[in-house]
Amino acid sequence: MTFAMFLEWFLKALILVLGLTVGFAYVTLFERRLLARMQVRIGPNRVGPAGLLQPVADAIKLIFKEELIPAKADKILFVLAPVLTVIPALIITGVIPLGPPIRLFGREIALQVANLNIGILYLLTVTAISIYGIALAGWSSNNKYSTMGALRATASMISYELALGLAYVGPVLLAGSMNINDIVTAQKPLWFVVMQPLGAIIYLIGANAEINRTPFDMPEAEHELTAGFLTEYSGMKFALFYMAEYIKMIAVSMIGASLFLGGYWGPGVSTYPWLGPIYLAIKVILLLFWFIWVRATWPRFRYDRMMAFGWKILFPLALLNVLVTALVIVLIGG
Amino acid sequence: MREIQEFTLEELKHHLSEKAFSGQTVVLNMGPQHPSTHGVLRLILELDGEIIVNCIPDVGYLHTGIEKTMESKTYQKAEVLVDRMDYMYAMGNTLVYSLAVEKLIGLQPPPRAEAIRVILTELSRIQSHLLWLGTSALDLAAQSTFLYTMRERELILDIFELVSGARMMTTFIRPGGLWRDVPVQFEKMVRDFTKVMPKRMAEYESMLTRNPLFLDRTKGIGKIDTRTCLAYDVTGPTLRASGLAHDVRKSNPYSGYDLYDFDIPTQSEGDVYARYLVRMEEMRQSVRIIEQAMDKLPYGPVRDPNYKYVPPPRSEIGVSMEALIHHFKLWTEGFIPPKGAVYTAVESPRGEMGVFMESNGTPKPYRVHYRTPSGPLLHALPVIAKGHFVADMIGIIGSIDIVLGDCDR
Repeated sequence: MTFAMFLEWFLKALILVLGLTVGFAYVTLFERRLLARMQVRIGPNRVGPAGLLQPVADAIKLIFKEELIPAKADKILFVLAPVLTVIPALIITGVIPLGPPIRLFGREIALQVANLNIGILYLLTVTAISIYGIALAGWSSNNKYSTMGALRATASMISYELALGLAYVGPVLLAGSMNINDIVTAQKPLWFVVMQPLGAIIYLIGANAEINRTPFDMPEAEHELTAGFLTEYSGMKFALFYMAEYIKMIAVSMIGASLFLGGYWGPGVSTYPWLGPIYLAIKVILLLFWFIWVRATWPRFRYDRMMAFGWKILFPLALLNVLVTALVIVLIGG
Repeated sequence: MREIQEFTLEELKHHLSEKAFSGQTVVLNMGPQHPSTHGVLRLILELDGEIIVNCIPDVGYLHTGIEKTMESKTYQKAEVLVDRMDYMYAMGNTLVYSLAVEKLIGLQPPPRAEAIRVILTELSRIQSHLLWLGTSALDLAAQSTFLYTMRERELILDIFELVSGARMMTTFIRPGGLWRDVPVQFEKMVRDFTKVMPKRMAEYESMLTRNPLFLDRTKGIGKIDTRTCLAYDVTGPTLRASGLAHDVRKSNPYSGYDLYDFDIPTQSEGDVYARYLVRMEEMRQSVRIIEQAMDKLPYGPVRDPNYKYVPPPRSEIGVSMEALIHHFKLWTEGFIPPKGAVYTAVESPRGEMGVFMESNGTPKPYRVHYRTPSGPLLHALPVIAKGHFVADMIGIIGSIDIVLGDCDR
């Protein structure tokens, strides 16, 4: 391991984390402006041109807010929980290729932090870790609403995670690899969403549940549980939860784009590799738009109905999808 | 520093089940500060998991003592207070108060005043239903609907502002007629509203009525049958959604409601969805009534000319000695209605709103009691809520549409 390699990794990781953090800030603005458009409002437009500095103002406000820890809370877990939520969110995207390899400073540089050959497994495990953050936050707050939010989160997580995991299997079978690079490369001629429409829909629903957004925001349902597991959090710890939610929103959009929408592929990428990240960004923004649109339109699930939906509809459909995909591959491709 | 009083289960012993004391169920304090209890309602919920075993509504956090205060004010000055009770139906509060005073004295408001009263109270009903629709959809996290309904509610509040100068606490309807005639722009604004409202109604319906998630959250939830409704004195859309077509506007027409052609929507299921359908249809019927009233809006005075009880118009005070004396007497001493007790009722957006008024021959009412629909609805809430999820509880509170100012007076 040369110093240059180490430096390359370090810089790539730094750029990714910084990019996600800035991305988080502007996704919040994007969401607020877009929701406002959909709801005949104007949205934040006072801070900076077209409200572009609003996230900065929000960040400053949250940093300087007083941080309260409830008297009877479990202090260590209470502080640990937001960290546990935000770190998995930050590292998920490490395995996603942002573009084809490019030549820079005389070196071949892969636009990806880590080229794991079990990328899909990594995604599954890391996304699942963040549920611990929510569960611990709810438990350590020593608040009934928080505990109920945490219970809802853990209960519903089991029901959508299975279907979500099975939705990953379709692209894996089609590409014949668990490496996300291979999956993206295999989509050069045809996006997997064409061959896996059902899988893509299941992924979208599962991903929406994964990021705890409406209609699956039972853990923090502010109308029922005041704010669920977030009730007792304030200041920067609260901001970390929000950061995790929005970064995960970007992350699941990136994963969705990579698995079903051809990742960084688009016209002209073979000749101009630097177009790759731009195409990926466009696809991610489209998926983000979708998530925001859903939030503006749909009411919330009740958590028992959501579990029933996960187990009785999503899971069998995902199984069927895997079965049919496997059969077709064996019959035609095999 | 004073010790903070711990909340003890002992106080609630007779309301809770045995399990709450052995720790098998959880007692959750919901409110008075909670995002969706529609004001300052406190509910003590005994939960088994997320299922409600017992629900204890605790009211009184918005108690204002309005009824008692009215006893120390003259009839005209007391009226200003009633706007603050059911703040979503302020026009109706003053209407029922005026009807009671008129009945006590025997005043007869002119036809133009009656028609304008109908238009304004129906507009009031629509704006109350719009807020209900918005907030109850918001409680189920359908947040866009809320902002759409606010947009139309704004049109109605603008009309109120035009006629009375105030957007909510209007005190426009006075004993014997109205405060003054409506401005010339009134007709156009109301016409514009009735023109745009059906289109906007279709918009809300497209977001909710057949939305599978909305149906999932409302159908079969919070059922209440007609017998229970009557046993608990529940009126209004909640009663009509359970199948009984009772409406004060039809059964005891006031302010010339018998002149208008409208239907009383009913449903038979008695669940949250049925209440939703009933209220949506009521808004349509209200638009119908407003259109009819606008079509045959007569010209003429808007106050009973009995200046012993009704203040003379400002223009007369400058030229008529009599008018000046009446004005002085009315705003210093007030008027003295004959001894007696009356009860009048109107249909508020939540049910029957009645006022019992007793006069003992002084310028101040001896007793004013409001029979408001929110109280009985809250009494029935534990019956409706039992066995439901906490998440459904929010939908149920939204669907019975309580106003805490209406309940605590």
